[in-house]
Amino acid sequence: MATQSAANEAFYKQLGKIYGGYTGGFIAFIIFVAILELMGVPNVILGYLFVFFTLAVYAYIGVLTRTMEVSEYYVAGRRVPALYNGMATGADWMSAASFVGMAGTLFLAGYDGLAWVLGWTGGYVLVSILVGPYLRKFGAYTVPDFLGFRFGGNFARFLGVIVLVACSFTYVTAQVFGTGIIASRFLGMPFELAVFVGLAGILLCSMLGGMRAVTWTQIAQYIVLIIAYLTPIVILSTQRYGIPIPELTYGQAIAEITAREKEMIAQGLATTANLKAHIVPFQTYTPLNFFGIIFCMMVGTASLPHILMRYFTTPSVREARQSVAWSLFFIFLLYFSAPAYAAFSKLEVYTNIIGRDVASIRPWMFTWGELGLIQICGKNASSVQAVIDACKAIPNHPGVVRFSDFVINTDVIVLSTPEIAGLPYVISGLVAAGGLAAALSTADGLLLAIANALSHDIYYKMITPLRSGARYTVVGLIFAAVVGAIYYFLPGASPVAGIAWRWLLLGGLAVVLLVVAMFWPRSTEVAKRLIVARVLLLFVAIAAAATASTRPSDILAMVGWAFSLAMAGNFPALVMGIWWKRSTTAGAVAGIIAGFGLCIFYLVVTRYFPGFGVKYAGMTSLLNPVSGAPLVDIAKAMALPNAMESFPGLAHPLANKVGWFNLNNINCGLLGMPLGFLVIYVVSLMTKPPSAEMQAFVDEIRKPRGRTVLEEKTN
Amino acid sequence: MQTSANDQAHWRRTTRLMLTHLAIWFFFGYIVHMFVNQLNEITIPVLKFPLGFYMAAQGSLIAFVVMLFVFARQQDKIDREHGVAEDD
Repeated sequence: MATQSAANEAFYKQLGKIYGGYTGGFIAFIIFVAILELMGVPNVILGYLFVFFTLAVYAYIGVLTRTMEVSEYYVAGRRVPALYNGMATGADWMSAASFVGMAGTLFLAGYDGLAWVLGWTGGYVLVSILVGPYLRKFGAYTVPDFLGFRFGGNFARFLGVIVLVACSFTYVTAQVFGTGIIASRFLGMPFELAVFVGLAGILLCSMLGGMRAVTWTQIAQYIVLIIAYLTPIVILSTQRYGIPIPELTYGQAIAEITAREKEMIAQGLATTANLKAHIVPFQTYTPLNFFGIIFCMMVGTASLPHILMRYFTTPSVREARQSVAWSLFFIFLLYFSAPAYAAFSKLEVYTNIIGRDVASIRPWMFTWGELGLIQICGKNASSVQAVIDACKAIPNHPGVVRFSDFVINTDVIVLSTPEIAGLPYVISGLVAAGGLAAALSTADGLLLAIANALSHDIYYKMITPLRSGARYTVVGLIFAAVVGAIYYFLPGASPVAGIAWRWLLLGGLAVVLLVVAMFWPRSTEVAKRLIVARVLLLFVAIAAAATASTRPSDILAMVGWAFSLAMAGNFPALVMGIWWKRSTTAGAVAGIIAGFGLCIFYLVVTRYFPGFGVKYAGMTSLLNPVSGAPLVDIAKAMALPNAMESFPGLAHPLANKVGWFNLNNINCGLLGMPLGFLVIYVVSLMTKPPSAEMQAFVDEIRKPRGRTVLEEKTN
Repeated sequence: MQTSANDQAHWRRTTRLMLTHLAIWFFFGYIVHMFVNQLNEITIPVLKFPLGFYMAAQGSLIAFVVMLFVFARQQDKIDREHGVAEDD
């Protein structure tokens, strides 16, 4: 097909020109803001310029790429070249947790933090060799699409949707939360309002154009986020070591940190008990949990629907494989720089804060101290005087900052680096724009994954084929469930004039339904599908914002849960469906239920019903990785009046601190996935082998050549 | 419907390639890091990284990226040799 190839080439060239021009334009914009700064424009305005300019560009791309075609909406017309899909996946992948949180985790945990770096990169190997290209050949719109077809029926499809919604919603809530944090920190907006500004950006990108719009905005967002992440640290590395490649020079910084750690202990500024040496392993996680996190994040990568669906958009199976390689390359650029951030910040803290006279603290930290993100001697380090007063209040304080006096919020590491390096504010604004791009792009991809599964799998594949009577009943029941859930779960006040969330949402729902009802009778089938997809997208987005504005804590743990859930629910069924012809419908259904069920049980019990877990499920306290002592005294905690409390806060003595085999609940996939495989294997052997057609179908997806298995006449 | 001999051979080679890459993945994802303490005794000259730390922070990551590009090429070669690759 020479003509198609030539057309592709022209398309590719044009893309190169567009994004090349865009990158140039963005750099010109940075220079423009830098000039404004020299002219004395205040920082707040510069920050707003950055955020709104980038949001406007994403929205513009979103509007430009709007579509009314089903295959464009769900899989961007399957013509995204490998390299560009790689970039889009990179942005889809790297979230606020990667951009802002990871360097902070590496700062605090040292070597053990690298479990996240390894886990969030190595999984792409599994995507490419086990799952991704085969799903591309199958020609699905969503991951449950594949499960539904391979494991003949709507029950497997429905289970797939449940797994997808469970893991993606956990994940998207963390992203919207991250958007709020970045916007509120840099723009000084109230957190709840910032969540909504972020939400508006997300919706502008994805509402009108679905996957097509999300793809082209994600590429634009990748360019912003990678420039923003690398610029400050490249400058810092050049300042300190004269070489603009921080990934090479931070070895020197680590050597200095290690020397300084010994010196601090020798000077009595820190003790061997409270200082975690940067390069010594297994002080934060036990070896089991360290390797467990690596394994769960890797396998989770190959099971997360919003990542897998990115490979549905390439023109061919071959390009799907190349695209996975490009994805990891673009992700790698950020991930192998994150430890450099951690090392440079740590060196700064160890040499210029700890051991210093309290009166001569470096001024860069006061902006963060004011926000409560850096504390010295137990008080916010908002000014020199505040620090001096706080330390004086401690009896026998030596007057120099000790290791134990200093507390830093992990989000600050990346955000404060421009100031540590003494760079102008324009660079800080750039970092904020980058963090926002990271959070928005991931949230876009996740929301689209959820809305697509609901509109395509539930509405189009399961509800439309029903006879009209049954159809109305099902729609009515779902509607009642949604209204009930909104009323029951969201009584809190929203940021809009303090009206309760539930009334706001129900009112919105009524308006949307009214508008849809006006157009519904006149719409074609295709238009109806896309209307449903958009309405659902809007609602999932608002529900995520409502959940995020309640400030669920600890983003990293929530993201970890999402991976474990995806891994336990999807991975065994996907891999067995492709690699073992003999796996049957009954086997897969039982496997998903068992694996996902066990994982979610472990997660929910250890987090929300720890007393129940100890009393009835034989759970014991997790152990301290260094000393091996239990984290909580179970007997004492069980004697407390609140021991059996359900849904306790994180302050509860048992929450997240109990389990089986000393296994952290982030790693619940480690229990669920093997069980899933085992159950699929055993139950499949007990049931009749799949039909000859199904086996031929499996042969078909194993060969790149030929038509996709699931062809749909849609346009 | 029986799977043709060519398809069977194609799948056998694909499976073998999969297992090879899975083994390399396991080595760089897990095995090297089990020896982190021993590797940390070695310091990379000039750059001054302790080797165990370096492997987790950069070494394994580089291996994964290279592996993926190599895999895409190898699998494509297998597909072509068995006539099941897509048209260019």
